[in-house]
Parts: sequence; structure tokens; C-alpha cells
Amino acid sequence: MTVYILCFVLFLVGLYGVITRRNLIKIAISLSIMEFSIFLILVLIGYIDNGLAPIVDPGSSAQIYVDPLPQAMALTAIVIGLATTAMLMAIAIRLYRKYKTFDIREIRNLRG
Amino acid sequence: MEGMSTIVKKVTQLMVGPVFLYGIYIILHGHLTPGGGFAGGAIIAGAFILLLLAFGNNVINLKKEVAGSSNTESIAILIVVVMALMSLLFGAKVFFFNFLPKGEPGELLSAGMIPLYNIFIGIEVAGAILTIFLSLVIFKEESSK
Amino acid sequence: MDTLIPLFVAIPLISAFLIILLGKLVNGFHRFLGPITLLVLLIMAVYEFTGLGKSSITYAMGGWASEGGFPVGIYLVLDGFSVLMLCIINLIGLIALFYSLSYMTKYTAESNYFALFCLIIAGMNGVVLSGDLFNLFVFLEVSVISSYALVAFGIGKTELEASFKYQVLGGLASMLILLAIGLIYWKTKTLNIADVRNVLDAGYSQSFYLFVQVLLIAGFGLKAAIIPFHAWLPDAHSSAPSPISAMLSGVLIKAVGIYVLIRLFFNMFVFSHEIALVLTSLGAISMVVGSLLAIVQWDLKRLLAYSSISQIGYVVMAFGMGILLLLKGDNEPAAVLAIGGAIYHMINHAVFKGLLFLNAGSLEHRLDTRNLKEMGGLSKVMPVTSTTSFIASMSISGIPPFNGFFSKLIIIIAAINGRFYLLATLAVVVSIITLAYFLKFQRYAFFNKPAGKAIQKIREVPFPMSFSMIVLATLCLALSLLAIPSVSEVVLRPAIDVLMQPELYSPTMIGI
Repeated sequence: MTVYILCFVLFLVGLYGVITRRNLIKIAISLSIMEFSIFLILVLIGYIDNGLAPIVDPGSSAQIYVDPLPQAMALTAIVIGLATTAMLMAIAIRLYRKYKTFDIREIRNLRG
Repeated sequence: MEGMSTIVKKVTQLMVGPVFLYGIYIILHGHLTPGGGFAGGAIIAGAFILLLLAFGNNVINLKKEVAGSSNTESIAILIVVVMALMSLLFGAKVFFFNFLPKGEPGELLSAGMIPLYNIFIGIEVAGAILTIFLSLVIFKEESSK
Repeated sequence: MDTLIPLFVAIPLISAFLIILLGKLVNGFHRFLGPITLLVLLIMAVYEFTGLGKSSITYAMGGWASEGGFPVGIYLVLDGFSVLMLCIINLIGLIALFYSLSYMTKYTAESNYFALFCLIIAGMNGVVLSGDLFNLFVFLEVSVISSYALVAFGIGKTELEASFKYQVLGGLASMLILLAIGLIYWKTKTLNIADVRNVLDAGYSQSFYLFVQVLLIAGFGLKAAIIPFHAWLPDAHSSAPSPISAMLSGVLIKAVGIYVLIRLFFNMFVFSHEIALVLTSLGAISMVVGSLLAIVQWDLKRLLAYSSISQIGYVVMAFGMGILLLLKGDNEPAAVLAIGGAIYHMINHAVFKGLLFLNAGSLEHRLDTRNLKEMGGLSKVMPVTSTTSFIASMSISGIPPFNGFFSKLIIIIAAINGRFYLLATLAVVVSIITLAYFLKFQRYAFFNKPAGKAIQKIREVPFPMSFSMIVLATLCLALSLLAIPSVSEVVLRPAIDVLMQPELYSPTMIGI
């Protein structure tokens, strides 16, 4: 149970970062922290005590394997996370070129 | 973009070959062991990025490289989709159907289409990550001028 | 018919990458391939629609059939509701893309725009067709990530800022959705929507699924910009190039927001009173607050964006009312009316909001401003834009011969039949406020005295732009026909049936 709570704490750390940080890059990092806390939860969901890596070896007898599906989900989500982070970085760098700063307090044209 | 010191260059020269080979190993054994297209492609892209960081390059060459990697990526993903569409013509005529012979489980040449998908997805991921990296580097170089 | 289903995703993907590959080499390649792709997709969607009727098709990817009633592969599902969404997505997509042929000439890197446009279509078609939760998430991300790039396409200060805001909130929404999908898998050990329903039918813990449902409402509510989660929408939708605003407001928030929310709450979860109340009240709040925020705007595209929030509120409220009425159980005709009205309003909103954003694009194209105070007297020099925007404005504010009137009327009748008198009053009041701010738009843009600038030099927009606007304006009138019972029996009834009878959805999907 502790591990799940720790994952949730990690999620909250990311959320705190997104809400309070003023630097574009730090916001992106906080979003990544949130993402990875959820990947951890996904992998934990598939975990079975004493389970082996889910590689079917023809030679070995039947054993307990961990659930491979959440791992596949986590992998796919990592790919998506890569694309999102790359997009965020590209936009952040362009914003930096326009404003010469990463501070969101100075980047505020739009009202709400 | 400037290169790094001689020590870094020498170590990179020694390391890049094994890293590249390891990426290819991960891709080719994608249907047998953990890993596969995405992981292997990321490792191969890592080898290229290591070389670029150690030796540096000027913007004009980088722009040529980004065009090349972007085209490679597009061609690889097109081949993947076309392979998936080819399944509509053979076998059970279902999208993504694995119509090649499956072979012996555990062998390198087995599992039908899956190694092929892995190879092209590996190329696509390597191209994509390299394209992202190069675009960001070019952008930085151009704005620092 | 079956073979066509995966092509809805594969064809736009292929065109997107062909455009990236060949767009630089062959001059004008993207201008040719883009509209052709969308036209083919639209023809396919209409063909599926005419052939489908009340049946539904399940397509097992890779030939992975179910093993003993336990689905192992990825499924694409085509039923009455999703085929309707497919038609709308590809129709608005085709018209917006045709409009961009002349609108996008002022931007550089035109081929990238067309490639991203094809990707957004591929993602949305995938979301609508997908039969399992995780694929739905993947396709959702494909379309949403390309929309991030398209919002920032102008690379001005406001575009980049809006895109960053959109990405942070969109990323947050994706996290919540992924967490909810993980939690659903944890308890049910399946990702297939129909199979989850089967597991839930066998009994479930109320509090756990309430938590999951709240996560999903927050996640998809952020994507659909229901009121407490709406902060990104006015910025993103007003900063994007106008055809993209039309796509985002017209289809994207429906395909990845409302459609998924409705599909999951009707066909996957067992109805619960609390969630229905939450949906209804969120819908009513967005309806009222969205229209109140819209009326004070002077930026034309921001006004339209806030009005999107308000109109989406109608749809969500009507669906919530439908669930409440179904739970009560004694008034099924009113529930049918509410759900049918919601689907009808969703289609209508795609058409008239798409048209309004295209109008705004035409004004911006010729005047280089979005500020209503700087416009005026344009009805003489831009007759097509003026007439079509008048039709769209009357349609969205619910004036009789146009489609918006009928869908709002159906929702209001359903509310009165179901004894939700407060909601019915609110719907009428919001409709009047909507009329007020669209009259403001009409007056300041087209009928007032010109604001200083010489308007004589302004010409009507080129043919692709005016043609797309005329097509959509005609549709505004033609869709009124859906109010005739015999027509709606053919068009809307299959979609309503899919939503009303979740006990039929699961067996048809599992028993392949």
C-alpha cells in the first residue's frame, strides 16, 4: 500500500510544481514528473509477488508471470510523453526567443 | 555548435560503435526479449546524438542532416502503414494480420511480420528523436547568432 | 464494408507522411492530396452510414478474435453513434481544408499545415472508432498533440502563449485520463469497453468507480472545456488559424471530449444518480457562464470561443438530463427526446460554429483585425460573408427556420416533459443572451458605420473561402430537416438506440 501512496505523493509533487513554478522549463519538468508517477502506478498495477518477467521460454515449466499489459501501456504512454515533452520544449524555446525570458509572469498577453 | 575536448572525442569514438550495435541487437531481438522498436531506436538515436555533441557541427550541415532524418522517418512510418495495409490482401484479409510463417518460437527468424515491424519502427523512432534533437539544436544556434 | 473501417485511420496517416515527404519536392502536392484525402474519407463515411442502419460492426485488428467471450485483441467498433460522428468530422474537415487552400497562403510552411491537419483527422477518426480504452487514449493524444502544433502555427507571441497554456492543461487532462484507465484495468483486468461493462454488470464497488468517474469527468471535461475546466479554450481557439479554430471548436472538443464522455458513461459505466447530477449541473453552469462571458467580449474569435463553451453546455446538460430520466424510469419518451436533442445539437453546433469561425477568418483575412470596434459597414462590400454569418448567427441563437432552433426546442421540450422547469427556463434565457451577443456581432461587423478605415478597397474573399461558407450555410438550413420525425428516425435513431440500450452494446461486441 505504501508504494501506491508514494506514487500519489509523486503525482502531487508534480501538480504542485505545475501550479507554483514560474519557469516554463520547470513547468515542463513538473508535467513529466506527473507523467512518470502515473507510469509507476501502471507498472505497479501489473505487479504480482514473485512474478517473473513475461517472456515465454519454451524450455521452462509454468511459473507466475507479472501482467505484461500495463507494461505495454506504460511503454506506449512513454512514447506519447516523449512527443508531448518535445512539443512543450519547442514552444518554450520559441517563447524564449520572443520574450528573452522563461518567466511566465512576464509572458502574459492573454487575459484568461 | 562546437565540439568538446580531445578526451571526450576519443571516448566517444570508442563508445559509439558498441552503443550502435546494442541498439541494433535490441531491435532485432524485439520479439524475443524486452525492448523492440522504440527502445532500440532510442538507443541508436542516442549514438548519433553522442557523436554530434562530442564532435560538433555547423548549422548548414545540421540542416542537411535534419532533412535526411526527417525523410527517413517519414519513409519508415509509411512502410509500416503499407505493411499493415498489405495484410488486407493476404491471409485472413484483416488489418495488421500477421500473414508470414510464424516459425519456431524462440528463434531469431520467427514470429512472422513482427521483426519487420520492429525494424521499421526502430528506424522511425531513431529518425524522429534525431529530428527533434537536431531541430532544437538548429533553433538554438540560429537564435544565438 | 468491414474492410473500410481501418482505412479511416490508415488513409489520413499515409497522406500526412506523404505530404511531409513529397510536399517539399513537388510544388502544390499538399494542396492536391489534402482535399482528395478528406473527400475520400467523407465518401467512405457516408457509404458506411447508408449501409449501416441499426446494426453495428466490430472489427478485430490483426484477426485476434475473442477467446471464449474474452476479448484479446484491439477492436474497432462502428455503430450508429460513431458513424454519425465520422460523417461530421470528415465533412467539417473537408470544408475547413478547402477553405485553407486560400486562407493559408499567407503562412509559410504550408505543407506542414496540411500534414498536421491529416494527422488531427486520423486521430479523431481513431477516437470515434476505437473499442478499447487504451487505444482511445493513444488516438486522442495523436489528435491533441497535432492540435497543439496547429494552435501555435502562426508563431506570434499570443499563439505561442496560448499553445503553451493549452499544452499544460491538456497534459494534465491526459494524465487524469491515463490514471483513470489504469484504475479501471486494475479492478476489471480488461480494457475493452464492452467487456468492462460485462464485468461491472456482475457487481462492483460504488465508491471506487465514483472516484474513477470523477477522474474521467475532470479529464475529458478539460478536453471538452466544460466550465470549471475551460481556461485554455478562449485563448487556444482564438489564436489558432481560423480553419483550425473551426476544426477545434466544431469537431475536436466534441470528438475527444463529449463523444468519449458520453460513450463511456452510457455504454461502459452503470448509470449512477450522482454522476448524472454532476453532468447536468456542469452543463447548466457552462451554458449560463459561457454566454455571460461571451457577451462582454470585443475580440470576435474570443466571443465565438466563449459561445462554444455555452453551446457545449447545452449538449452536456441534455445528456445529463437523459441519464436522470432513464434512472427514474417512468418517462422514457422524454429521455429519448433529451438524448436525441443532445446529439442533434452536437451536429448542428459543429456546422454553425464551423461556419462562424470561417466567417471570422474571412474578416481577419481582409481586415487584419479581430476587434469588433474596428469593423463596420461590411455588409455591402462582403455580401457572401455577411449573408452566411447572418444565417449562422440566427441558427446558433435559435431563430426558427434554421437548425439551431429545432435542436434547442427539442432539448427544452425534453426538459419540460421531464419536469426540469429550472433547466428549461435557463435554456430559454441563455438562448436569448446568445441572440443578444450575436446581434452585437452582426451590428458591429456588418451594419454599423465604418470605423474610420476606408472600406471601399475591401473585396469579397476568394472562391475557396466563399464556397466553403456557402456550403455550410446551406447545411444550416438543410439540417432543419432532421427535426422531421421520419428523417430523424433514420439518422438519429440508431445513435439514440446505441446509447439507450447498453445491454445490447456489449453482447454485439463480445460475441464476434
